[in-house]
Amino acid sequence: MSTHVTTAATGSLWEGGRSPYLTNSKKFGMWLFIISDSLTFSAMLFAYTYSRVSNPNWPTPFHFSPSIVFSSVMTFALLTSSLTMVMAVHSMNQGNRAAAARWLLATMAAGATFVGLHLTEWMNLINHEHITAFGNEWGVPQFGGTFFAITGLHMTHVVIGLIYLGVICQAVMRGKFKAEDVEVAGLYWHFVDLVWMFVFPLVYLMSARV
Amino acid sequence: MSTHVEEISSHGPGIPTFAKVWMALLAMTAIEVFLAYMQTPMMIMLTVLLGLSVIKAALIIAYFMHLKFERLSLFLTLFPMLIFCIVLMLIFLGDAYRIPMMRPPV
Repeated sequence: MSTHVTTAATGSLWEGGRSPYLTNSKKFGMWLFIISDSLTFSAMLFAYTYSRVSNPNWPTPFHFSPSIVFSSVMTFALLTSSLTMVMAVHSMNQGNRAAAARWLLATMAAGATFVGLHLTEWMNLINHEHITAFGNEWGVPQFGGTFFAITGLHMTHVVIGLIYLGVICQAVMRGKFKAEDVEVAGLYWHFVDLVWMFVFPLVYLMSARV
Repeated sequence: MSTHVEEISSHGPGIPTFAKVWMALLAMTAIEVFLAYMQTPMMIMLTVLLGLSVIKAALIIAYFMHLKFERLSLFLTLFPMLIFCIVLMLIFLGDAYRIPMMRPPV
């Protein structure tokens, strides 16, 4: 966006001392982290899939109401938080720090809503469906193990994202940090949203019960 | 993707584009929830959900994460390897299918 990278016009970009991707190192570092974290989540979703395929009596514990309704609202909150995050980056690029801070706070509010609803949904599963990470009444402990591992790791990412955005937000309000710092934080937040775009259909919707 | 050498000032999409992407993501999510409500047969459901998820992921990466407006070399460095590694994980699918048949009868 507002990132400017200057390179000499002659010679190869790949001979060193240049920025071949024409992007700043923070952003490239975040991309590398995102790619490696994608593999972690992919491996966990494959573990879930293989456990499901190898257990024909896989549970379908998610009643349309409240579980699917709750998780749909959670998805809406996360998607909306991505939009507000984009708006924060956009405002920062235009030099409007006050607006950027407000959009960051809106993003954090949507993220906190997601975590709150998710914990409520977890409590519903534990207390009413009697599903724990180690067992359930269907006799398929792999369900709870993979479900709580995937959603727990994702929720951990959201909580870390909230702390990250909080740090960025207070710095923006105090006139510190540049637009690129907000953009890098945005990359992380969008990644958290992106992972949920696979977790929600594969874990929740594929095990829905009307 | 931009190929300037002297100076890069990456231009991103505007607010209307972001709003359209957000509405498209919401619409696809609504379709997914509707399919679940209708209790669509498993394989059709899985195919449609995976297809929509990949489209949603692509929209988020391209527009929200701005990759569409970065250099092509950044995309080529990051994503072919990622997709290759994810596809490699399919290697155990056959084993997962065989396990139920290999269990001794109770």
